[in-house]
Amino acid sequence: MDHYTDYATGAPLADTKAPEGPIAERWDTRRFAAKLVNPANRRKHTVIVVGTGLAGGSAGATLAEQGYHVQQFCYQDSPRRAHSIAAQGGINAAKNYRNDGDSIHRLFYDTVKGGDFRSRESNVHRLAQISVEIIDQCVAQGVPFAREYGGLLDTRSFGGVQVSRTFYARGQTGQQLLLGAYQALSRQIAAGNVEMHPRTEMLDLVVVGGRARGIVARDLITGEITTHLADAVVLASGGYGNVFYLSTNAMNSNATAVWRAHRRGAWFANPCFTQIHPTCIPRTGDHQSKLTLMSESLRNDGRIWVPRTKGDTRAPGDIPEAERDYYLERIYPSFGNLVPRDIASRAAKNVCDEGRGVGPGGQGVYLDFADAIARMGRKAVEQKYGNLFEMYQRITAEDPYEVPMRIYPAVHYTMGGLWVDYDLQTTIPGLFAIGEANFSDHGANRLGASALMQGLADGYFVLPATINDYLARNPGHDTVDAAHPAVAGAVAETKERLHRLISVDGDRTADSFHREIGELMWEYCGMARTEEGLRKALDRIPQIREEFWRRIKVPGTEAEFNQSLERANRVVDYLELAELMCLDALHRAESCGGHFREESQTPDGEAARRDEEFSYAAAWEFTGTGDAPVLHKEDLVFEYVHPTQRSYA
Amino acid sequence: MRLTLRVWRQKNDRSPGAMKEYPVDGVSPDMSFLEMLDTLNERLTLEGEEPIAFDHDCREGICGACSLVINGDAHGPERTTACQLHMRSFRDGDTVDVEPWRAAAFPVVRDLVVDRSAFDRIIQAGGYVSVPTGAAPEAHATPVPKAAADAAFEHAECIGCGACVAACPNGSAMLFTSAKVNHLNVLPQGAPERETRVLDMVAQMDAEGFGGCTLTGECATACPKGIPLTSITSMNKEWLRANRKVSRD
Repeated sequence: MDHYTDYATGAPLADTKAPEGPIAERWDTRRFAAKLVNPANRRKHTVIVVGTGLAGGSAGATLAEQGYHVQQFCYQDSPRRAHSIAAQGGINAAKNYRNDGDSIHRLFYDTVKGGDFRSRESNVHRLAQISVEIIDQCVAQGVPFAREYGGLLDTRSFGGVQVSRTFYARGQTGQQLLLGAYQALSRQIAAGNVEMHPRTEMLDLVVVGGRARGIVARDLITGEITTHLADAVVLASGGYGNVFYLSTNAMNSNATAVWRAHRRGAWFANPCFTQIHPTCIPRTGDHQSKLTLMSESLRNDGRIWVPRTKGDTRAPGDIPEAERDYYLERIYPSFGNLVPRDIASRAAKNVCDEGRGVGPGGQGVYLDFADAIARMGRKAVEQKYGNLFEMYQRITAEDPYEVPMRIYPAVHYTMGGLWVDYDLQTTIPGLFAIGEANFSDHGANRLGASALMQGLADGYFVLPATINDYLARNPGHDTVDAAHPAVAGAVAETKERLHRLISVDGDRTADSFHREIGELMWEYCGMARTEEGLRKALDRIPQIREEFWRRIKVPGTEAEFNQSLERANRVVDYLELAELMCLDALHRAESCGGHFREESQTPDGEAARRDEEFSYAAAWEFTGTGDAPVLHKEDLVFEYVHPTQRSYA
Repeated sequence: MRLTLRVWRQKNDRSPGAMKEYPVDGVSPDMSFLEMLDTLNERLTLEGEEPIAFDHDCREGICGACSLVINGDAHGPERTTACQLHMRSFRDGDTVDVEPWRAAAFPVVRDLVVDRSAFDRIIQAGGYVSVPTGAAPEAHATPVPKAAADAAFEHAECIGCGACVAACPNGSAMLFTSAKVNHLNVLPQGAPERETRVLDMVAQMDAEGFGGCTLTGECATACPKGIPLTSITSMNKEWLRANRKVSRD
């Protein structure tokens, strides 16, 4: 362990693609400076896109519309099932349709502040600018957003902001936006511009001459290992929240694509920045396989509380008003129940740690709609949240119209990811990362309804503009074929790894290791982190890894449909990524956003940033499994939003 | 709880399959049906038997990956997806049959996993609005009456799981196809391609080998998202209208 934490600090990192000049003009400046590929030449270029969520689906469709040949991959049986589909609440856009003082600059400001001043100003401003175009695009595709009686789009407010800029489609906004992207992609598949490979999982990146030139993938039905070569590779493979085992991610969401790219030379930025979402359904037992989010839009009308006194076991209805503690309203009177996610999550943890939590194991707080039902009537509440209430009732067998919901925080989103420049290009030329797979826009904490915005901004608008520049500047790639040593080497390594997983023939399942690493991460690298705890985790992880390779049991063979093998291979990568997350959390001896170091807090228990030492993005360079990585710092410069202690009181 | 599961086991699309019996003990009523299968699979793995393959992903009832016929019903006894079905819907001592979707157009891949790519090809035939990125007008340029927006949403909720096909005695994909046709055809944005959409999607549906619709209504009963049976009658109207219009033009 001493060896691993003994990391070196390498050369600082600069984003060479972000233009100078007034922030509102930078995106135009960059687009004009970017070289274009002649339309007639575009079809000669192949671009690989891994993933078909909001970022990947929209990117694949748009690149194909531009005339590129796209090879697209997803592990699901259909591109329509990517996990963006589960996003409930909404998508932010600075349309200011409400005339409530919103603007591009305010969305930019809110996002930089919400991210606790650990994101890049240029990127965030561009995101805010593009937000308005996204709504136009999705409406034109037929996305059935909620509308007012006058036929215009409805909006609502969301955690951490004071304007109403969140567009939504009941509690299924992600589904509707994803189907829009999927349909655009389907049109391009039918036109022959996108070659779609469902049930095909990327297992390695092919780098030739320092450039990303393809991927190694596994056909999940036949087990065949295939190679796919291209002029550029785009990773849109999502976040790595499943390292915690229990999270709101889909069961098969995984970190393999980004981690394998990291091992091939793409630096990984801010891996410890993970988001714990405050409103999830508490776990019920050891059989729990995943956690279910309840949209935070519920916080608009629900009131969060716990009993005033410890160990109060009365039914919620029997606890009189005076003996309830609406702790968010008490501690944060101006934002109340709408404080950002990191703050709401930590507050829930604190009251539960005090012994005031409710439900089995005391790991829950109430989210109460009694006042909302009294104020608006049951019908109006049903109209707004009906499907969420039904979902809650189905899972818990409790009726939230009668009994307050019980909620508890759960891992939901990862702000960290592959380091990318303003063009969304990683440190490997020709390898781009978009959506949750990159690190760029949310800093240390993502605001609600901003993930959908970023995924679609990257996929529809940013990447299709910037990838042109790369392809135009690198027009005459040498042809690479499967016999090239770099390709053959990546294939051989992949086959060897899968074969080794099967041949260990031990006595523990992949799930048992996944649970173990997940519990360790939740304990020591979850909502609150300490140097002592992180060191403990860093001691333990190599031991688990060693045990994994000694005791793993994977039934069946490589050459068939084998879900156990799929899982085990993902756990291999979690066992390495977890170590980097802990090291990143250990080295960042400050609190910021979702990263709360107990040693760095204000007297009233809020996150205390240490800007002088830590106002940078930490990009880690891989040097070998279990070997100390090299830290490269990208200094964050704030010209427009002056860093202040976040205050939501 | 203690259950007896009878599960369809089939190695691949070339091998024959059969039901196999597994006793399962220690089932908690709070488990989802899939979590119950997880615990069985953990046991099978350690006993050296190959675990049961089944499709699943979000486990929140929205991705549409689940595809289990439980005791003869698509997604089982509750009107939801199998991942949102909890063991409290069963009684101690029950025998439970678990099979894959059964339809000519959904060949079995392995055990409980089927190939639903026919659905993707129906969407590719016209289930979209042709609007390239960047070509969109300002969102408020076209107000959409709330009733139309709500109707579009009701149909757009389809998760593409295929329960409608599995429940239909004819293996018909009418409900799936009509959900997308209606979603887009009631909106002003979908109007320019209204006729080609319904004609092309229905033609693709037929080409995929789905059965004909005799309006038994099993599909709408099984649909976890509550897509209404009237979706099919609306699509029939759209199809007749489009045929008349195309033959006139």
